[in-house]
Amino acid sequence: MITFELTKEQTLIQKTAKEFASGELKDIARDCDEHDEIPKKLLDKAWEMGLANAAVPETYGGIGMQRSAMTSALICEELGYGCASLAAAIMAPSTFIQPLVDFGTEEQKKRYLPTYGQDKFAPAAAALHESHFTFDVTDMRTTARQEGGHWVLNGVKRLVPFGQTAQHFLVLAKSGDRTGLAHVGAFIVPRDAKGLTVESAPEKTMGLKPVPKAKITLDNVAVPMADRLGAGKGIDGRRLINTLRVANSALCVGLAKAVLDASVPYAKQRVAFGEPIAKRQAIAFKLSEMHSEIEAMRWLVWKAASQLDQNGDATKATTLAQHYANKNCVLIADNGVQIFGGHGYIRDLPLEMWMRNARTLTVLEGIVAA
Amino acid sequence: MVDFTFNAKEQEIIREIRREGLVLRKYARYYDEHEEELPPDEFPEAKEFAHIDKMAADRGADATSPTAFYMCMLMHRTWGDMMRMKVPFTALGNASVTAAGTDEQKKRWAKTRLSMANTEPGCGSDSKAIETTAELDGDEWVLNGEKIFVTTGIRAEGSVIWATIDKSAGRGGIKAFVVMKGTPGFELVKKEKKMGIRSSDTAAFVLKNCRVPKENLLGMDPTVKKGGGGFKGLMKTFNLTRPGVAAMGIGNIMACQEFVAEEMAKEGVAVDYEAGQHKRSAIQQKMIELEAELEAATLCTLRAGWLADKGKPNNLEASVSKQKGGDISRRGAQLALEILGAMGSTHDQLVEKWFRDARITDIYEGTGEIQRLVIARELLNYTSKDLT
Ligand SMILES: Cc1cc2nc3c(=O)[nH]c(=O)nc-3n(C[C@H](O)[C@H](O)[C@H](O)COP(=O)(O)OP(=O)(O)OC[C@H]3O[C@@H](n4cnc5c(N)ncnc54)[C@H](O)[C@@H]3O)c2cc1C
Repeated sequence: MITFELTKEQTLIQKTAKEFASGELKDIARDCDEHDEIPKKLLDKAWEMGLANAAVPETYGGIGMQRSAMTSALICEELGYGCASLAAAIMAPSTFIQPLVDFGTEEQKKRYLPTYGQDKFAPAAAALHESHFTFDVTDMRTTARQEGGHWVLNGVKRLVPFGQTAQHFLVLAKSGDRTGLAHVGAFIVPRDAKGLTVESAPEKTMGLKPVPKAKITLDNVAVPMADRLGAGKGIDGRRLINTLRVANSALCVGLAKAVLDASVPYAKQRVAFGEPIAKRQAIAFKLSEMHSEIEAMRWLVWKAASQLDQNGDATKATTLAQHYANKNCVLIADNGVQIFGGHGYIRDLPLEMWMRNARTLTVLEGIVAA
Repeated sequence: MVDFTFNAKEQEIIREIRREGLVLRKYARYYDEHEEELPPDEFPEAKEFAHIDKMAADRGADATSPTAFYMCMLMHRTWGDMMRMKVPFTALGNASVTAAGTDEQKKRWAKTRLSMANTEPGCGSDSKAIETTAELDGDEWVLNGEKIFVTTGIRAEGSVIWATIDKSAGRGGIKAFVVMKGTPGFELVKKEKKMGIRSSDTAAFVLKNCRVPKENLLGMDPTVKKGGGGFKGLMKTFNLTRPGVAAMGIGNIMACQEFVAEEMAKEGVAVDYEAGQHKRSAIQQKMIELEAELEAATLCTLRAGWLADKGKPNNLEASVSKQKGGDISRRGAQLALEILGAMGSTHDQLVEKWFRDARITDIYEGTGEIQRLVIARELLNYTSKDLT
């Protein structure tokens, strides 16, 4: 049955996330961007509400909400609407938590989830990205080899959110020689693991500036067999990567919507040549297209998310959603700057920040939310 | 819970519609090359597919809402061809009767196929600028003017003619009149020749002192209305016809996309959806773009239909779907031919025809520019005077 109907629970969560985003994120977004700082209180508050960790089962101290990619997508859109950087910061540990909920053995859940089911922000992250320009999830250079009763990890990971403070990393690596998402392995690595070094200086990026990011080097890090996610069984690498990509695409939808919602009143109020600029089709049509694309982006994300929830292979839907959301998010943010003219370029207004965030968010392959 | 899957019955219906579509494709080239001929009201194979509508009426408890599913059916129908196995006995004019007619009139023309004639040589998008006039003379309306681009104008038994009873009143003076074929003064000027959708007949008419009974005025209200009147009735029909037109364009591009994917796979160029983007060729990237754009338009169209079923306003979404449908109909067909290269433009297969057929989508039922106007007005809370 084709339907766009959210569940009652989802509608409620969506509303909660929306209120949180407009109440807590919007106003401080610029400050955080300027000072590369995120108030700890804010992260705690988001966690208290369970925005990133509600799916941790009650037995492990969490809320025990049904794990759903669709629900995550709703939260990500709303938080992304408030501020993509802050959304990424709040959600980053979910790239560790959700895979554990999705693929972890009972043993692994018992061991690692209690730290993350609390109502205080607990930093953790997936370590996905690598140093080279042609980074490809299906063919990572970080490798995992089975050796002497261990998995041995080697490689360099970049842009790992909260790398400096995370207690655990979910290191994604190519296990075996074969390429493809199915051969992505995930390994739980504590920050004090032997052979793991975290560069202390935060990595600097154009967008998502305030999210702390680290370079991590894995030099023959020995991971016990029991700490491969899913242990003996391993994981469905496709599903894991699709989950990250869908959440990332949902953030894009929110960001784009923020641009449109700022552009509409501005275009009505800004007068040029004796008329509001909104009365010129060159501007009005841009707004129409932004609106249509945002709708389309959202439905593509929903389709992929609902396929994940139905446990199907969502690879195709995810690739289409990611392609579409990335492309249009950047385009919309770029057009937002144009509608504001010179004011779009000045750091008093959020337009230039949104454009930087859009550009960074869309090249990240999904390391900031799940 | 959000869901984008079809239940078993629905899948079966879509399979049947596609089976029917393949039969229609056998006739597609013929009617494309013989534009002067009208495809039959019913093809000989029609009986084999009579069960489809019955199946669609009962799709079980977990069925897609009716308008949304109707849009799906329309997409898959047009995937086969623009032609219909059995031409529906209603046309666009009947939608006007439903929107603007009295109960009595709805009954009277329920089984009469009526075309809809609004466009004139001097105006199309700006439909309130029509110059065809209607004057009351005793018990009859006297119509004078020219109408062009009338879909189903040849096949239909009559036409709903939009005319003004008071040019100075703008849209408030615009009324709709049912004019039957054979009425003196209602003359067929010609059948248009087109780039595509040649199996769909398009007519031009002239009305010269054409007299119709008073009862043929839709709505039966001969007074000039402030702010719309009968004209609003015309606009109301757009909330369903716009997603419908989008769905047809989408069906065309669905056919293009599937053809491209199959043929490219045979040539060893299949899309690997999970391959890293640096490993995709330019052609594979185009194939992904084509598919993503198609999906985007499809979902927006389903959304417009679904909202209608929920009883929610869908004016904005109808225009979004039409805009996206118009875009993909142009861009998607262009991409398909770019990917296929020269052989795609030959008559060996139907892609070049789909390219020509699809192009109409961004023109009729409101051009892409008009959809953008509607969307922008809604976003900005502007009237049609604020934003022209
Ligand atoms: C095959 C076919 C079937 C048709 N069937 C029917 C039918 O059954 N009944 C019927 O009444 N009509 C029918 N039409 C007419 C169709 O609806 C019109 O062609 C269409 O609305 C555009 O009008 P126009 O051709 O006069 O173009 P114009 O209105 O002259 O427009 C020309 C260009 O200017 C743009 N434009 C116009 N106004 C604006 C504006 N305000 N802002 C920005 N751009 C603008 C348009 O988008 C277009 O690109 C049919 C047309 C075709 C080709």
